[in-house]
Amino acid sequence: MPDGTRRGDLEFQIAQWRAYLRRRQAVRPVDIEELEGHLRDQVAALTDAGLATDEAFLVAVTRMGNLDAISREFAREHSERLWKQLVVTSDARDQADTRHEMWVALGLAAAAGAAIKLPELFGQRMDPNEELPTFYFRNATLFVLPLLTAFFVWKRAMPSATWRWLVLPFLAAAVVANTFPFPAAPAGAIGESDTLALMVLHLPIALWLAVGVAYAGGRWFEGGGRMDFVRFSGELAIYYVLIATGGGVLMGFTTLMFDAIGTDVSFLVATWILPCGAMGGVIVASWLVEAKQSVVENMAPVLTRVFTPLFAAVLLAFLGTMVVTGSPINIERNVLIAFDLLLVLVVGLVLYAVSARDLETGVTVFDWLQLLLVLSALMVDVVALAAIAMRIGEFGFTPNRVAALGENILLLVNLGWTAWLYLRALRRQGGFEAIEQWQTAYLPVYSLWAALVVAVFPPLFNFA
Amino acid sequence: MNISKDLVAASATPLVLAILAEGDSYGYAILKRVSELSGGQLTWTDGMLYPVLHRLERQGYVHARWGKSETGRRRKYYRLTRDGRAHLASQQRQWQVVDDTLRGIWRVAAPGLA
Repeated sequence: MPDGTRRGDLEFQIAQWRAYLRRRQAVRPVDIEELEGHLRDQVAALTDAGLATDEAFLVAVTRMGNLDAISREFAREHSERLWKQLVVTSDARDQADTRHEMWVALGLAAAAGAAIKLPELFGQRMDPNEELPTFYFRNATLFVLPLLTAFFVWKRAMPSATWRWLVLPFLAAAVVANTFPFPAAPAGAIGESDTLALMVLHLPIALWLAVGVAYAGGRWFEGGGRMDFVRFSGELAIYYVLIATGGGVLMGFTTLMFDAIGTDVSFLVATWILPCGAMGGVIVASWLVEAKQSVVENMAPVLTRVFTPLFAAVLLAFLGTMVVTGSPINIERNVLIAFDLLLVLVVGLVLYAVSARDLETGVTVFDWLQLLLVLSALMVDVVALAAIAMRIGEFGFTPNRVAALGENILLLVNLGWTAWLYLRALRRQGGFEAIEQWQTAYLPVYSLWAALVVAVFPPLFNFA
Repeated sequence: MNISKDLVAASATPLVLAILAEGDSYGYAILKRVSELSGGQLTWTDGMLYPVLHRLERQGYVHARWGKSETGRRRKYYRLTRDGRAHLASQQRQWQVVDDTLRGIWRVAAPGLA
């Protein structure tokens, strides 16, 4: 046989083998390339030792091993690809499960909508022309988060011995929120008591931990379970904003259309559709994140890519402007909240980018941009901290300042260590995984601090 | 001799890390080295090496980059990181303990083999 044909045969056989491997979702093209290189090296070594090409190919393929077993190993290692392996084998039973889950989610969403209207029966009136009773602010989280937790307890089939503990934080939150003797504000204005406002803001952060434990369903103490929860939180936020935007448009049209035929429905919209939709939307969005995962899974990395450079630019421009104009930061509660939210968003962006990172690609410009983002956030945090500390030194402690001080220190520690780990990963002294581990290990710290602000600050500062 | 699957799996990490400590390498060469070191006694299913390498990469113990082979094809080379070196040292200590323990009991329980 002439040498050309033999080579041609080999190429044909390798192409077939490659096509066979490509059908396995867990093994990606770059992995196939690596395996193919191995196969070719093996064939070359064997033909050098005197084997005919087709014999060498057979031996090499046999040594490579069973492709099903290999792709299973790949799927196990790259667990983020595992679902692709699973999706292929999904059957009718799964579809029935999905439909069942949809009804449970819709039921709980309806329950959340009902929960926010229930207090009206007990005289907590919702009227667009009057101030909302503080009752609604105090209990804002408690209308929906217990139901969301229940959804995950049901979905993960948590044993009652475990989920019974999850009742405690909600019970404690309800007691604290409703029994603390905040001064009765005359017009129900929430701004009258700083500690009340702080409590309202921090309660969701504290209770989000309980949702997370339910979401992780027994995997909370594994890094993977917590990372999934972080991903879920980010995707829920995106879904919720989308649903809220759609809902807003719908309500606008509703008011407009009924107005056209001389019926004023704005009262109905403000006291029924808006609150019930806002509550039920949380459950529906949570269910959608899980049920329609691929939608947001494809969108989130794109959003990360788009906003990382933009946020870095804004932060740098902010720092630059401050240096040039020399004007200090205005320490007001709303400003500080905005700052902290911004920093949390930066942490989220970094975490998401790291978790969605493709290990096969080397260090790119994008990675350095991420580091730049972290460093500029760190500097903004330092500036804010300095401003808060100065204000405390000058005018003493207030609940707002202490809460802001605590939060900014927590973020400083987080961002600082993240920057260090990122630098190490970029210089190939460690893995990107360390950043994920650090962030997921840090999660409970936020919630514990928030719980402290909720439960200890009001009595500490005399409910001022 | 057929070495049990569990034993092969357990020894894979220290063996791969130790081979990479000798210098950067790639999949096929690593397997060849394993075969050389064990005198052909320890053989892996070739394909199973790669998930192991990818796990080590994810854990930050090795760093992979694409380079060129002698024939000009793309080939993925692996290098030990600082964390990998530390992990290798810790693995070495663990295996030393296992080895010492087994030697001790072989001498008592099965003197003919020791």
